[in-house]
Amino acid sequence: MAGESQSRIPSGPAISLPSVLVVFLLLAAASYGALIKAPEEATMGLIQRIFYFHVSSAWSGFVAFILVFIGSIAYLRTRALKWDWLSVASAEVGVAFFTVVLVTGPIWAKPVWGIWWTWDARLTSSFLLWVLFVSYLILRTLVDEPERRAMVSAVFGIFAALDIPLVYFSIWWFRTQHPQPVIGNGGSLDGRMWRVLMLCWAATLGVMSLLIRIRYRLEAMRMEVDALRLEASRHTR
Amino acid sequence: MPGSAAARSNCCANWSRAEPSGVAAPHASFRNNGPSGGPNGGLRISFSGIEKRYGMRMALRGVSLEIGAGECVALVGHNGSGKTTLLKITALLARPSRGQLTFSSGGAALSTDDIKQRIGMVAHHTLVYDELTAEENLVFFAKLFNLPDPVARARQSLEPVGLARRANDLVRTFSRGMRQRLAIARALLASPQLLLFDEPAAGLDPEGQQWLGATLASLHAAGCTIVMSTHGRNETQGSVTRAIRLEGGEVTHDSGPNGDPYGVLAMAAVRETAEGDAR
Amino acid sequence: MSLAHSTATILAKELRTEFRSRELLGTTVVFVLIVIVLFSFTFNPTSSESRRFGPGLLWIAFLFAGSLMLQPSFLREQANDTLAALRLAPIDPFSILAGKMAANFLFLLLVELILLPVFAVLYNIAILPVLAPLVLVLALGTVGLATTGTVFSAVAAQARLRELLLPLLLLPVLAPVLIASTEATVGLLRDPSELSRVWITFLTSFDVVFLTAAWLFGEYLLEE
Repeated sequence: MAGESQSRIPSGPAISLPSVLVVFLLLAAASYGALIKAPEEATMGLIQRIFYFHVSSAWSGFVAFILVFIGSIAYLRTRALKWDWLSVASAEVGVAFFTVVLVTGPIWAKPVWGIWWTWDARLTSSFLLWVLFVSYLILRTLVDEPERRAMVSAVFGIFAALDIPLVYFSIWWFRTQHPQPVIGNGGSLDGRMWRVLMLCWAATLGVMSLLIRIRYRLEAMRMEVDALRLEASRHTR
Repeated sequence: MPGSAAARSNCCANWSRAEPSGVAAPHASFRNNGPSGGPNGGLRISFSGIEKRYGMRMALRGVSLEIGAGECVALVGHNGSGKTTLLKITALLARPSRGQLTFSSGGAALSTDDIKQRIGMVAHHTLVYDELTAEENLVFFAKLFNLPDPVARARQSLEPVGLARRANDLVRTFSRGMRQRLAIARALLASPQLLLFDEPAAGLDPEGQQWLGATLASLHAAGCTIVMSTHGRNETQGSVTRAIRLEGGEVTHDSGPNGDPYGVLAMAAVRETAEGDAR
Repeated sequence: MSLAHSTATILAKELRTEFRSRELLGTTVVFVLIVIVLFSFTFNPTSSESRRFGPGLLWIAFLFAGSLMLQPSFLREQANDTLAALRLAPIDPFSILAGKMAANFLFLLLVELILLPVFAVLYNIAILPVLAPLVLVLALGTVGLATTGTVFSAVAAQARLRELLLPLLLLPVLAPVLIASTEATVGLLRDPSELSRVWITFLTSFDVVFLTAAWLFGEYLLEE
């Protein structure tokens, strides 16, 4: 009956200055590209530009949730708490990005369709994903002991992540049977628009990785504080 | 203490106070379902550097022990000293955070299922279903333990614990003492080679404790390895061959396989009385 | 002991426990009945309206009932720590989950079958011509509900606020089942009736995915 591996708490700053600069530059370039450089869309005008951030946030949110899936499986296999730190960091950042998606969607929809919300397939799926991972975070607040918390959230995280493709398919197929106004460009994208979109995605991925690193380090430090507190209380007896 | 086993069985023979109606006086010996006899009948356990962490709390720190076949070990210590955790790990209910746990029986290697087949446990809770009858409970567990003819086995097991007449009553209607007896019957169903008791005398009246002491004596005589956590002086300590004291998750005193356990037991009792007075 | 054998033994125990008291079954049936009646006040249950809205409301009622009824699955094992008794036995730990999943599936299906004719009568929907495929849809949806519900009840049993937590965890994950089952049912009740291949395949895939996930990862929930 072997034991588990210990997780080292990393030292040094969570994020380095060079990486922050790189991401800042990417963001600046992406914003410039989206707001100024990209060609204006024929029918929708200025508001369409929000779509670059809307879509790239969604894609980055996906990557974050895939990290939750990976972290959850890795925790169950190795019992090393650092995978749990990765899972919670990725889940929180993912929820933040999907919040951006849910806010930019209506901002786009109102001028174009005249209504705040359409039960468009992608937006509805994003909403459900947001709810799923908010539930994940709520579950975590309701379990106090770290190992137990890591275990139950890993299992729920796996189920939630496996649910993602099922959610998307079922909502998409439902919508093809019962069509509704669609958010985003109906048709294909101009080459220049694609390039700007890719740049925006790279920028949001950069922001995502910085945020996850910071949050990961925060979780690691929390554990260290708890451990030190315990040590201290033992010595003062 | 050579005379004690004989003294115990005399004690039970003279026991004439009636049990609550419907319950027969239990037998002290277990002929039918007792564990296989002889000094090699029990399991040997080896703990090597066993650690258990719950969150930031260390329940066990580096416990290393060898418990030989047929020993009757008493684990003493305060609440929170790690007794229950050690028992749970031995029962394969909890995984140690670090360290190795090995079982052997006559030198053969044992799989996890083999080990579980040979362990019987009486825990802090009763581990039986209130909504089923005594017999249904035992039949259920007999099936899970792969026992042939589970119904007959269940009926046989109720006899020695004096619950045969209450076989078809729901456990919900049982008294504390009766539930404890059922729990013990459950633990003994599959003729275990290792018995783990977590404070088995808790909640039992003095009669019940006497009965338990007699039960332990006959199991010990039949060669079963017994590890029992106990809180204070009580009737169950008659058969003890070794006492191990735990404090803060570590072994502080061990009377050893050939030593006199009563020194450690007495010290534990004195400490508890002193602390009780101090409070 | 083989997985199938221990699962069957545990299933038998669960069934015996439940049918002895029948309290959970009875309460759940009444609960779904109340939901169905309340829903009838929210729209005009003419035949065509009922056929459009009815199935969705019925499935929502089943999902809510399920997420309440699945609570006791593991809570019952906490009373006398009988979960430890099960884990002490030389059985595959997954059989504990599997036995409970099977039991929950049967209870929920029974509740649904009891309420289906009641629903049909109250909402003026003819179900007899499509009874067989309708039961198929019910069964497939209920497998998904029972599987995820049992796993999540093991999750919730280890947390605080478990009565609120189980629906919170379960309902979002089951949204695809709600969509698929409702659409399949609507398709069956339409004139002419059709059994949607897409949705049936989807429900089956959902069940397979989560049964597999439960088999691979469920046992971790039982450990200490």
